Parts: sequence; C-alpha cells; structure tokens
Amino acid sequence: MMSFIRKRAFASLISLILLVVAVFFLSRLTGDPAALYLPSEASEEMRRQFREIHGLNDPILVQFGRYVWDLLHLDFGDSVRRARPAFEVVSEAFLWTLQLAVITMTLVTAAAIVVGSLAAFRVGGFFDRIASLTSLIGASAPDFWVAIVAIVVFSVGLGWLPTSGTGSVWHWILPIGVLFIRPFGLIVQVVRGSMINALSSAYVKTARAKGVRTRPIIFVHALRNAMLPVITVIGDQAAALLNGAVVIETIFGFPGVGKLMIDSILQRDFNVVLAAIMITAIAIFIMNLLIDLAYALLDPRIRY
Amino acid sequence: MAEPMLQVKNLSVEFHTAAGTVRAVKNVSFDLDRGETLAILGESGSGKSVSSSAIMDLIDMPPGRITSGQIIFEGRDLLKLSASERRKVNGHKIAMIFQDPLSHLNPVYTVGWQIVETMTAHGMSRPQARAEALRLLGRVGIPDPEGSMGKYPHQFSGGQRQRLMIAMALALKPDLLIADEPTTALDVTVQAEVLALLEELQQETGMGVLIITHDLGVVAEIADRVVVMNAGEVVETGDTRQVYRNPAHPYTRKLIGAAPGKGAMHDPLPSAEPVLSVRGARKVYGDFAAVEDVSFDLMAGETLAIVGESGSGKSTVAKMLLRLEEPTGGQALWKGQDLFAMPERQLFALRRDLQMVFQDPTQSLNPRMTVWQLITEGWVIHPGILPRSKWKARAAELLHQVGLKPEMAGRYPHQFSGGQRQRIAIARALALEPELIICDEAVSALDVSVQAQVIELLDGLRKSLGIAFIFIAHDLPVVRDFADHVMVMRKGRVVEAGTVRQIFDNPRQPYTQALLAAGLDPDPDVQAERRAARLAMAAG
Repeated sequence: MMSFIRKRAFASLISLILLVVAVFFLSRLTGDPAALYLPSEASEEMRRQFREIHGLNDPILVQFGRYVWDLLHLDFGDSVRRARPAFEVVSEAFLWTLQLAVITMTLVTAAAIVVGSLAAFRVGGFFDRIASLTSLIGASAPDFWVAIVAIVVFSVGLGWLPTSGTGSVWHWILPIGVLFIRPFGLIVQVVRGSMINALSSAYVKTARAKGVRTRPIIFVHALRNAMLPVITVIGDQAAALLNGAVVIETIFGFPGVGKLMIDSILQRDFNVVLAAIMITAIAIFIMNLLIDLAYALLDPRIRY
Repeated sequence: MAEPMLQVKNLSVEFHTAAGTVRAVKNVSFDLDRGETLAILGESGSGKSVSSSAIMDLIDMPPGRITSGQIIFEGRDLLKLSASERRKVNGHKIAMIFQDPLSHLNPVYTVGWQIVETMTAHGMSRPQARAEALRLLGRVGIPDPEGSMGKYPHQFSGGQRQRLMIAMALALKPDLLIADEPTTALDVTVQAEVLALLEELQQETGMGVLIITHDLGVVAEIADRVVVMNAGEVVETGDTRQVYRNPAHPYTRKLIGAAPGKGAMHDPLPSAEPVLSVRGARKVYGDFAAVEDVSFDLMAGETLAIVGESGSGKSTVAKMLLRLEEPTGGQALWKGQDLFAMPERQLFALRRDLQMVFQDPTQSLNPRMTVWQLITEGWVIHPGILPRSKWKARAAELLHQVGLKPEMAGRYPHQFSGGQRQRIAIARALALEPELIICDEAVSALDVSVQAQVIELLDGLRKSLGIAFIFIAHDLPVVRDFADHVMVMRKGRVVEAGTVRQIFDNPRQPYTQALLAAGLDPDPDVQAERRAARLAMAAG
C-alpha cells in the first residue's frame, strides 16, 4: 500500500514539474513582464527599476532556477495586483472552493445513491421513470442558464435568497443547489446501471435464499459491489468542482479559486495563476489517491 | 400416512421473452419427505432449475410467472404466502446451495459475516450467531475456522467455497436443502468429498435434500428417488435403482444410454513413427512451474487423452503446442520440426495442420460472423487450400459431415444450441484439413446426450480422415470411450501414462487410483459398492 502511494506520488511529481516548467515559460512567451505589469505610460526609468527588483535582467535559466527554488519554499511570489503573497491569496480562495465542493459532493453522492438504487430496484416502475427523466434533464441542463433562472426566480422574484456573495448560510444555497444538478443527474444514471447489474447477480440470489430483507439486499449486498464504477464518476465530478466552478462562482460572486484564476489571468497576475494551478493540482492528486484507497476499501480483491 | 414435507403439485411456469412466451415448466408434480434425497435429473432447458427456484421464490418476476399449481411445504401453500412470510421460510426452513459458489458468495464481505447474516436475518443475536458460525465452519471442514471468519470468498478454493455455502445454508438447520448442481463446477475428488459431507449432514439433521443435477453419477451416489425432467415436463419418477434398471420412458432410456464410460475401450496398434513427440516441455510463470518435464508421443490417427484436475497444467500443454503460450523449455517435434523453436513465419504455414477446439463455443466463435464466414476464414488466411470456386461445395460437405445442414451457413452462432455450436467449431477446424486436432474440454459443457454424439463424430473423423487427437478432459468416462492412450497429470507433472486399458483396468499410481475411485458411476449398485469400499478404506 505504501509503495503504491509512493509510486503515485512520484508520477504526480513528474506532472507537477512539467506543469511548473510549462507555466513559467508560457507566461514569459506572452511578453516582457515589465511591459505587461506596468501601465503603458510608465517611464523607461520605472521599467528599468522594475526589471532590477524582479531580477528580470538575469539569464532566463537563472530566473527559472530562482523561481523553482522559491516554489520549493512555497513562495509563489507576491500577487502584483493585491500586493500580498500569492500563496495566501490562493489559499483563501481555495478554502472557499473546497468547502463548496465537499458540501455539494456529499449531498450529491448521498442523494444519487438513494435515488439510483431505488430506481434500479424496480426497473421500468413509476419511481424509475421519474428518476431517469429527472437525472437526464439534470445531466444535460446548462448550469449558467440554471443559475440565472434560479436567481431570477428565488432571489428577484420570490426574494427568498440573496443573489450573490457569502455573508450567511442563505448565500450558499443557490450555488450549491445549481452545482448539485449536473453531477446528481450523471451519478444517478451510473448508480442505476451499476445497481441493475448487481441486483441481478448470483450473490443477491443467495441473499434472497437466505431470507435477507429487501432493504439490506439493496443497500448492503448490492450497493457495495455497485459502488466501484460510481466512485470513478464521483471522482471526476469532484475534480471538476475543485478546479473551480468558474461560471457558477462568477455568477454568484463566490470568492472561489475558479473566479480568482480567471480574474488573475485577465489581470496577468501570473504568480497567482501559478499558485492556483499548483494548489488545485495537488488537491486533485490527493483526491485521486483517496479514490484509489476507496476502491481498496470497498473491494477486498483490490490490493495495491 | 402423514403428508410429505414438500409437495409440488401441477406447477407451471411461463417466461415472457422477446421471442414470445416460453412454457419452461409444465404441470410438474413431485414430493419429498424428511430425511429423503430426491434428485431432479434433466439436461439444459429441462426446467429443473426453474422448478426449484419456484420453491424459494427466486424466479425473476417478470419475466417469469407461475401460472398454476401449489407448492405445499409443511402444510402451507408457499405460493399463497405474502412476500414477508416467504422470506421467513427462506434460509430458516428451506435453504439452497448453487452451482458456482464463487459468484454466489458476495465478493466484498467476509465469509464469517455472510454466514452470521443467515442467522441474524432470522432474529438470532450477533454473538450467538458468531459462535454458531465458528462451529459450522469447523463442521464443514474449513481449516482454521477462527481465522477463516475474516477472510473473503476469493481466498478459498472451489471446494472450500462450496463448503462455505453449505455452512451458510445449514446455519439454521433447515428442514429442506435444495442443491442446484452443487458439484458440477468441482473436480471429481472434491465432488466426492462435498457429496459425502452433504450426506453426513443430512444424517445429522434429518433434513430432506432436493438435488438438481444433469449427472447420472450424482443421482446414483446420493439420491433415494429421482424425477426425470425433459422440456419442462416430468417424464418419469421413481426409486433411483428402479429407474436405472427399468427406465419406463424413452427419454430416460436415451439419457442412460448416452452416459459415457460403458463402451468398448480402444486397443491401439503398436505404431512405428510418432507424428508428434514432446520431450521435457516446461512452462514457468514467475516462480510457479505450471508444466514441468512433460514428455509424450502421439501416433498418426490416434487419440491421446490428457487427464487432470484444475491446475494440473493440462491446458497449458495444449496451448504451448500451438504456441498460444510461449514454452519455457523442452521440445515438441512435429514430423521432425521443433514447434517450440520455430520462428513465427514457419509456424504460420504449420498452423493449418494443428487445430484446436475449445471448451466453450459461445466464446470461441466470433458472434458477429456467420457460420459461412467462420468456416471459410481459414481458406482466406491460407489461400493454398482450396480454390474459391469450390468453397461452397466444401462448406456444405463439412456442415454435413458434422451433422448440420448446409442451408444453416448463413446463420450466426447464437441461433444454434450449445451442441450445434461445438459442431460448428469442429467444422471450422476441419476446414483446414488438419492432421492434429487438440480438444480442450471440448465436450465438458455439453449435455450428456449431445456429448455422446460429439464424441461419436470425433471418433468417426479420426477413423475416416486419420486425424490425430489430443483430448484434454477432466471427465474420465468420456476419455475411456474415446482415447487410445491416456496421460494423467497433476500439479504440472505427468503422474502416469499408458494405453487406455492400462490406465482404467490397472492403474498403478495412487493418484490415478484415487481419481478413478472418485468418479461417479451412473449405476446405483456399482456406486453403492464403491461407496462401501471408500468407507471401508476411510475406516480401516
């Protein structure tokens, strides 16, 4: 198990290194940082000073070395726009996104498992039809549209919920509600398919022959076997949320990492962009590791 | 006389499928009492499993529907009970074990948990159930019961898994045990052990046993009475001995007649030159030697049977000869050329001489190809064999040779029965005019009556075309009827080899003797003698 984690960590390290190299050189390809950061009316003297302070006159490889050295100390440099360490800026935003993702995915997983399992129990029944239809709509509805409609209805029309921001519990309901819909639709469908398989398996027949009640047959015997493909999809969806739900965060003015990244790209605040990329990359690596561990936990035949 | 414990009366079951309504079980009646063993004997599609599933409410409904009949168990009609009342009967009063214990055990829970669940599902407290599960594991002969409680199904052998199933089924001392082909997937020696265990447990608890099987040997070994089913109907019922001695129905007579192992044995002529001579064949996977130092000669037009239980390395030998597995060492001289050392290009030309027929034609025939495509594919690959203008006539001839009709060439494999599919596989092999056909358990998955026909077909081809066969099997009676020479393998090594007479009439090695003794004879009297001998051996 430990050697598996080490191997995975090593593989991820290589992708992180490639990422660092790519981000550094790509950001330089967009032009001279002095020209990018300073206002166009800045004097030649100011530009010279700027290059001096930021070591931009050194050979590019020296700059790269310094940059890597700083990274190893978790020093991503300062955010040019905010005049604070980029790492700090990103950490704050990431914490918001993390909370949003964890809450949403927990709700999605619980709801999708219950709905998908019950739909699979009576295939073609009334509940199955309703669940299949809703999940299909959920999986295909464009989230920006749902978000806008939700604001129009619940905030503007009914006045129940705030339109944007983060002040209270009420502020979380709309973003979570909207983010919930698509993964819920997808996961219900995967749970349903996987559960139909599991419920027609031989071991379920054995359980029925043993006189086990219906509920444990569904949620104990079949579900654990059916969870493997489901976990893969949950992982995918969670990764998408961790990357920052750009559109939703923007619409609801939610200070998450997705919104921060877009803002920073537009403002050419590359230190922040890089820090955001690194932190989400590491978060996604950790999450994939958790998913692999969940596989092993659910299925004793899987050993790393 | 009191009512029997179980009475099935005029049971009919229909299945609604896309192809229409199938009456799987028609007016089936039988009864069974405490302490009695009743066998339902039938081939695939006879409705024997559906009848037993109906007793346990395990028929999927829909598509299945019970259209008539009663299942009276201990005075109550099970079909009139509510779902929750039937649940209380299942596992508690009536229990069931199945053919394939690996897929019937839940792979993600420990076996201890699964055995305990039988008892807790019917109200026993967990600590009490745990103690009982431990006792049961010991009783069914699982080594280290305490440690085994926490293990998962995949960590046990096939025979042990069936013992686990038995422990789970018998946890609440049911009055009736239904065993659906309980030993079909097991090796003969393991089969004998499991059947003996079932009998012992029956004597201890006095339960009735309903055993579903296709195997006359199992019936002879264990059943007091037998119900013979064909095409959804009961054709004959009676005392096992009586039915075997004086079968009343033509189908029963056919079934008994088709049982292998009764014909005359071959007497191979001493021959000068072997076509294939294997010396020191070896295959190693990592540290594990699957095949070690296997040597044999095969004469032209003869059949060599390689016999062994699972894991003996018999299939690996076959795959090495066709280079489907790369040999680790040794040589195999085919007419003087070493198959093991041959470069791929040279091997290609030889491929047509060496053909293989696999166990499961459903998997070995491409489902998207018609019979015509399957048969002619070899001629496309080896253009020298037959000019295109003659393909049609030759394909028709081949189909005729294996007992199929030429107009079937346009159909796909799924449109045939299992036996017919295996004939297609044989026709495909014959199309290349091979000199050696390797049959890897080629008749194991077939019903006995079909098995007999396929064996007859193969033997006829051997005689008329002079094809040599390597016949890999675990089933000794089939081998007895068909082989000239027999080689017995165990754990990758050759235990004993000789002519079929030597091996069957005069086995020298204890393992061969054990293998022969464990085999089940369809004759109940022969089987009773063997059992007595076995018990005497165990006692003394």
